[in-house]
This record gives sequence, structure tokens and C-alpha cells, in this order.
Amino acid sequence: MAAKKLNIKDKYRLLTRDLDWDFSYEDRKQAFPYEEFEGIKITDWNKWEDPFRLTMDSYWKYQAEKEKKLYAIFDAFSQNNGHLNVVDSRYVNALKLFLTGVSPLEYQAYQGFAHVGRQFGGVGARVACQMQSLDELRHVQTQIHAMSHYNKFFDGFQEFSHMHDRVWYLSVPRSFFCDARSAGPFEFMVAIGFSFEYVLTNLLFVPFMSGAAHNGDMATVTFGFSAQSDEARHMTLGLEVIKFLLEQHEDNVPIVQKWIDKWFWRGTRLLTIVAMMMDYMLPNKVMSWKEAWEVYFEEAGGALFKDLARYGIRMPKYAETIEKEKEHISHQAWWTFYTHGHAAGFHTWIPSDKELDWLSAQYPDTFDKYYRPLWELAKEQEAKGERFYTSGLPQLCQTCQIPMLFTEMDNPNQNSMRDSVFEDERYHFCSDGCKDIFDEEPEKYVQSWLPVHQIFQGNCGGPGVEDVLSDYYKMNVGVDNMDIKGSPDEKRWNEWKGIA
Amino acid sequence: MTIEIKTSTLEPVRNTFAHIERRFGDKPATRYQEATYDVASEINFHYKPLWQPEYELNDTGRTAIVMEDWYAFKDPRQFYYGSYVQMRAKQQEVAESNYSFFEKRNLARLIPDEIQRKVIRLLVPLRHVEQAANLNNIYGSSLGYGTAITQALLYNGMDRLGNAQYLSRIGLILDSNSGDALNEAKRYWMDDAIWQGVRSYCEANICVEDWFESFVAQDAILDGLIYELVYLQFDQWLADNGGQDFSMLTEFIQNWNKDTNRWVDAVMKISAAESDANKQLLEQWIGTWKAKALEALAPLAEEMVGPEALAIAENALVKRLNKAGLLK
Repeated sequence: MAAKKLNIKDKYRLLTRDLDWDFSYEDRKQAFPYEEFEGIKITDWNKWEDPFRLTMDSYWKYQAEKEKKLYAIFDAFSQNNGHLNVVDSRYVNALKLFLTGVSPLEYQAYQGFAHVGRQFGGVGARVACQMQSLDELRHVQTQIHAMSHYNKFFDGFQEFSHMHDRVWYLSVPRSFFCDARSAGPFEFMVAIGFSFEYVLTNLLFVPFMSGAAHNGDMATVTFGFSAQSDEARHMTLGLEVIKFLLEQHEDNVPIVQKWIDKWFWRGTRLLTIVAMMMDYMLPNKVMSWKEAWEVYFEEAGGALFKDLARYGIRMPKYAETIEKEKEHISHQAWWTFYTHGHAAGFHTWIPSDKELDWLSAQYPDTFDKYYRPLWELAKEQEAKGERFYTSGLPQLCQTCQIPMLFTEMDNPNQNSMRDSVFEDERYHFCSDGCKDIFDEEPEKYVQSWLPVHQIFQGNCGGPGVEDVLSDYYKMNVGVDNMDIKGSPDEKRWNEWKGIA
Repeated sequence: MTIEIKTSTLEPVRNTFAHIERRFGDKPATRYQEATYDVASEINFHYKPLWQPEYELNDTGRTAIVMEDWYAFKDPRQFYYGSYVQMRAKQQEVAESNYSFFEKRNLARLIPDEIQRKVIRLLVPLRHVEQAANLNNIYGSSLGYGTAITQALLYNGMDRLGNAQYLSRIGLILDSNSGDALNEAKRYWMDDAIWQGVRSYCEANICVEDWFESFVAQDAILDGLIYELVYLQFDQWLADNGGQDFSMLTEFIQNWNKDTNRWVDAVMKISAAESDANKQLLEQWIGTWKAKALEALAPLAEEMVGPEALAIAENALVKRLNKAGLLK
């Protein structure tokens, strides 16, 4: 008898979906205990549409081909001192930010997707999440390997893992992922699978990789290209999750909307570092943060939310505030790092005159009015030999953990401050969005490990801030950080390049 | 004479990341080392998980096994993602050519009907055991501690999905892609008395809370016995009874077992050698789960090979455990 040809859907069902069975000897709820406490109603896991139907043998085959090519490039890159081809030594600081701030998030994504890939009761959803988990582990490991060569020639990469758990500004991305992982499995999927991977990835992952492409960094951009097809799979999973939840039960709609509101706000706060990286840290600019936001969020995201309107989902709350923020946040953030340059894990600098002009052109409504004068002042100070560093420690927002550096968007001379009282204790926030998130789950956010509070409470060594930086953070102050001018990184670069 | 291409050598500032240097000294590190050691977060987790407020997100307390350094679990295969997928890709290439050889020449027609029936009843339902193993290993990967062991558990979990899919394809070859053999095999798994012990073992293990215990019950005990019983003894029996070509279809899983056992044995050995308390605990788990597994497998062993089979498998498992410093 000739075997009939199976279509992919049937084949995948037979090879994967039918592996599950109904329990007779134990209570299935004990095997999958976390499906109900968030209030999400799943009436039928069988309605799950597999976003990609990849069997393990094909997965191994495709991924191994990609790895083989990627590592061949890594080998060639280090054999030929590929770091000499980047545009200048300032660029490498974007990579330091990436390795300390973003790569460890890939690790948390691996853990989070492994958790939901074990805990979901539906085998189709589980397997898709497991594959993403494995991909995320790939990403953190290949990023470490891509940066491994830079670590040998530049300062500031060497303690990425130690720093990620401790350093003040790194608690922003880190707490974002800890927040998602400590939530229930469905919130995790809306937070990471949908909001982060589907909508915001073009504003996080892509800018770093495009930055690499524009600045002569072959190792990182090759990683970026290699990860692209993984990311495409992750995006289809993120979209399937949201549709599945919304189609399962109408009671899910308000819960999902609440999570979308929360995670978009949290996501945009996290993207502050990307905004600053794009506008200030890349010697060769890809596009301005403002433009990226318009293209990838306002246009692409806008279309997406139009599509989701049929389920009763609206644009995330505070989308109008975010629209105004695109004019400001990169400038406010880089100024903060510039003035706290002794406490950063990378070098900072004043933009060149050409770059200042570029910023003026990109931000005609705000840059000359509010931010250019700051840099002109910094230039004067530097010319007098008085490069300026702030000695104080900033107050942090209880929710996003960013220093309270943002201003009211309608009045950029006025700092934005909000507060709430919970159990007789007052908590401070940078924005209405962050205050809302706190007010919704205060028991969760009172637990925030706020780096500045912790320093004041003596939990990070001391007594002085210098001791915290050098002992608790393991930063080589003045080597890994402070101004790029006169740094060992710059000195070595000039030697390699024969610049007097 | 050798050819020497002149390259410009730049003196590096350091050889590797600081946490790698603290462990292994100031020298160039391997890719396995840089991808593995001290990558997972250890402190300052901000929020307790809503789903397990008694623990931190990453917490050593989710198992009763105690290790001073969870990175002691060096994988003898030194698998990080890249080396892992490349190894499996090579193996799947061989498997693919075996499966297409088998299908192209329709080798199933040479296999006696009763042997085919036996394979559907006794081999194909193991896809569900692989599914349980997928859950148990992913469980350990998500809640375990330290990348050295959690990444290996993830690779193992995904391997089990792969194994389940290879076993399913055997069913599809025998039923000419109708899915009937798979449905029949699932009925045996659900209702046939011969499978109920194993199914109840799997369900019980999926509900075990301690991830290390679950690893012991699955990867060390049940897999250890099934490997000996099914992929060595039953394979031989099939070969002796006109079903030798099935070996082409199970070769992947057979080799996979051989390779994976090295890692399983290393984990058992390292955890047992850490302390007497660990050793006692492991032996207690081994005692409980081995007894259960032997009872569950007894009717299958008898039907697959004969009355001696299970004792032989147990013997081989105990030898492996002895070598890991256990049960002696």
C-alpha cells in the first residue's frame, strides 16, 4: 500500500500534539498548577494554532547550519582582529551596554520560556515555548561569544554577569524581566511573548544590530542576522498567544488589556537606554530614536492595535504621553549618564559638534531649546579642565527603577514626580504610568530592590560610593568608565590606529 | 617546512571574563566555559514569584540536594547551544537517511505481521514516556540552579521531544501515514493493563515537586532501565525474530542513550560525592523509584523478551549507579 502524503499540519499533530494524554492516576491540576490563579479562562487548549510547525530534527538541522556559519565568522573575526574595523572606540561602549544590560535578559527569557513551556497544560503551546526557550539560551550564549573578543581588548565587559545583578541602572532592564518571570504564566506571555518580542523587539534588538552594521562591527551584526529567523518565530508565537487568549473567553479581554497597558509602559521605560544608545552612543547613526519610534511603534504598532480592536483591545494606556516622550528621553538619559559617568560601567562623552548639529536637525522642536544649552555648558567646563561629575545619588522610581530624571512632557523644565502611600509608607514614581502599575499591585512593587536605597541602607558595602563602585560593583573606576577622553580604551585605540 | 602567514598580533588586555578567570585562572577560556559558568543571576531578584512566594526566582532551595557550587556539574559532553545542535544535526542526518532507506525500499513488508503488531504495542507507546521525560527535564531546567545543569536539562528535554517524534514516525511507517498505529498505540498506553504501571509512574513523576528527584526518577532510573530493556534487549530480540530492520529506526535513540548516559552518570556521581547527606537522599530516591519502575516494567519486559530480561536490565543499572558511588 502506498503511504499517503501527510500535510504539515496533520504530520505535526500526529508527531507532537497527540503525545499528551488525560491523566488517570494523578490530578492533572497538580501537574499544571499555575493555570488558574491569574483569572484567565482557557476553555480548550486544542484551539491553539501552532505558530510554526517545526519538528526537532528540522530544528537541529537548521539551527546547526546557522551556528556553523556564525562561529566561522567569529573565528575569522578574532583571528583578524576584527575589532580594529569598528568606526571608533566610542562605539564599543554600546556593546558594553548590550552585554551588561541586554544579554542577561536573554538568559531570563530562556528561564521564563522554560517555565511556561513546562507549566502550560496545552502541548502545542508548551512545545512552542520550549523552542523559544532554547533559542533564547542560544542568544545569550552567542552574544557572550561575540563579545568575548571585544572583552580581550576593551575595558568594561569583564564583569557583565556580576554587574547585571547589582548595578543601579542595570536594575532597570533586570527588574523588568524579574517582574515578568515572577508573574503568572499568562502574564509572562503577554509581557514578553507579545509586548516585548512582538511589538518592541524592533526597538530593542534591531537598533543594536543595525548599530553594529553601521559601525563596522561584523561579529555583532552577524549574530543579528543569524538570530533573525529565530526572532521571526518568536514574533509569530507572541501574536498567537494574544489571539488565543482573546478568543478563548471574553472575560480574558480586560485582564489582557490591563497587562498590555502595564507592559507597554514598562517596555517604553526600558527602551530609554536604547534611545540614548541610538542618539548618542553610535558614532554612525542609524536613525534617530524619534524616527525609530514613529516607524516601529506609531505606524507598525498602530496597525496592530487596529487589528486587535475587533477583540475589544485598545491602544495601550498613556500612548499619548509616550508620543511626546520620544522628543526628550534620549537627551535626558544621556545627560544623566554623562553627569554620573564615574558610576557607569562604560565611557561617556560630549557629542561632537557635528553630532550636536545632527541632533538639532533630528529634534527641531526640543533639542536646541532644552538640551543643546546643556552640552554647550559641558563643553565650556571641559575646556576649562573642569569636566563635570555629579556626586549625589539619584532617587529612583519605585516601579521602573530609573532615576527620577524625566520631566513633565508638557513642561521640560519641571521634573515629573508622583507618589503613593501604601501601608503608611510613601513611594515615589517617575510617571503616572509607573504609579498606576504600583497601585495595581503594591505588594509586589514594595519588594523592588532599589540600588540607591540599598546603598544608603549599607547593603552594598561602603562606606563611600567609591567603595560601592569598586567593591560591590567590581568596576575599575577611571578605567572602565568616566570620560572616553584620556581613557585606556582610547589610548590603546590610538596606538593600534597610529593616531598621535 | 611549514607555511607561515604573517598576521599582526595584538596583545590582549585580558584573556577572558573576570568570573571565568576567578574559576579557571588567567588564561584563554573555552566556549563551553564562557557560555556556562556564572551566567545565571544569583542575587537581588526584586520580586518573589506570585506562583511560589516561598522562593526567589532562582533558588537553590527547590531541591533537597545541597551543593556548595552548583557549577560543579560540568557536562562531560561540554554541550553549549552551538555544540549541542551541531552534534544532534549530525545524528539526525544519519537517522534521516536510515528512515528514508527504510521507507524507500518499503522494508516493513519484509517484517512479519505479528512482529509489527508487537512493535505497535510495545515500542510505539514509549513516545508518551518520552513526552513525560520532556516535561520532567524542562521542569528541572526551569526551576533548577546554575547553568551547568539547567542547560543540560533543557537539551535533554528537547531531545525527548525529538525521540518521541522518531518513535511516532515508526508508527506512521507501519500504518502508511494513516495515524492508525499511533491511535492504537495510544489506546494501549491508556487502557492496556501492560502499560498502566509505566503510565502511573510517569504521571506520578510529573507531579514530583523536587526537580532533582524528578531527574533521578526519570533520567537515571526509568530511562536507565528502558534503555537496557528496550533499546538493547528488545532490539536484539527483534533482530533474532525477523525485525532486524527496526534497528535502523531506533539507532538514533540507542546512540542518544549511550551519549546521554555519560552526562546522567556524571550528575549522579558529582551530587553523591558532594556529601553523605546527598548520597543518602539519592539512595532513598533510587530505592523508591527503582522499586516502582521494576514493578511497572515487569509485564512489559516479560512480553518483550522474557522472564529474565528485567533482572538483566536492573543489574546493568545498578552497575552504573555503583560506578557513580551509589548503592554500595
